[in-house]
Amino acid sequence: MKFGIVTFPGSNCDYDTYHAVVDVLGEDAGYLWHKDHDLAGSDVVILPGGFSYGDYLRPGAIARFSPIMNEVVAHAKRGGPVLCICNGFQIACEAGLLPGVLLRNDSLRFVSEPVQLRVENADTLFTNRYEIGQLLTMPVAHGDGRYTADRETLDRLEGEGQVIFRYVHSPGDADEYWSPNGSMRAIAGILSPAGNVMGLMPHPERAMDTLLGSSDGVGVFESMLARVAA
Amino acid sequence: MSRFKVAVHIVPRRGILDPQGKAVADALHTLGFKAVEDVHVGRHIVVEVSARDASAAEKDARAMCERLLANPVTEDFEIAAVSAS
Repeated sequence: MKFGIVTFPGSNCDYDTYHAVVDVLGEDAGYLWHKDHDLAGSDVVILPGGFSYGDYLRPGAIARFSPIMNEVVAHAKRGGPVLCICNGFQIACEAGLLPGVLLRNDSLRFVSEPVQLRVENADTLFTNRYEIGQLLTMPVAHGDGRYTADRETLDRLEGEGQVIFRYVHSPGDADEYWSPNGSMRAIAGILSPAGNVMGLMPHPERAMDTLLGSSDGVGVFESMLARVAA
Repeated sequence: MSRFKVAVHIVPRRGILDPQGKAVADALHTLGFKAVEDVHVGRHIVVEVSARDASAAEKDARAMCERLLANPVTEDFEIAAVSAS
């Protein structure tokens, strides 16, 4: 299976993502420059983390008009998988691939730390290797991660099983939602209505090896391998 | 065609948590401005545009706000001023 990793000016997790796909999973990957006009045969597109266009105006607001985004949106409309991590999640929201928006953390501070997530839906393209309720540790590193949407949208996301990950406190009290950024309903990751686009603020690509703190992110990639016929 | 400066104000929509506004309000209270009820922090953008007349310039700026300058999910915008430049 071929993964296409988009590099915008200011992306900084593209190499980590490449490492996750190629060195950990042993799959094929290539970088897609933001000015490219085709996806070079990618089966899965990843919008990686970083600070595209310096987060000018709003995170993701300018990147969404990069030429490559036309192809990414067309790929998503065809049902192609798109994994949107951190800044990628912000870009996907700005592009209308996912509902809502990521605003400045309520603390007004950049948060960079491992957080605990709970898997809220394990029957998706991106989470089928997990179990519902499973607790995962992944790092977050963002200043604008406060997931915000109107009540109708939040209710719909919950009702349709599109809330994929929530921030939780500690293994002992999984029901106690908590969030490092003030996200509404402690939402850390969501799925598009068609199920082929996932956005999340935590970094699965930085949780690929226990030696580096956690390998809980591997499941996201293995889930895609299990479901996507290359 | 003439050149116009269009000033645009973009503010977080009422009801959406605005931590920057709250932090500034708290600081103002600390400084003794006890009468401050609320603060909203947004953006002020000036676009210089060539257009047929002022109303065409405003219309262009409005379209820019809708497509890029403001996020329709969480922000409101207003055209604050249009002036010949």
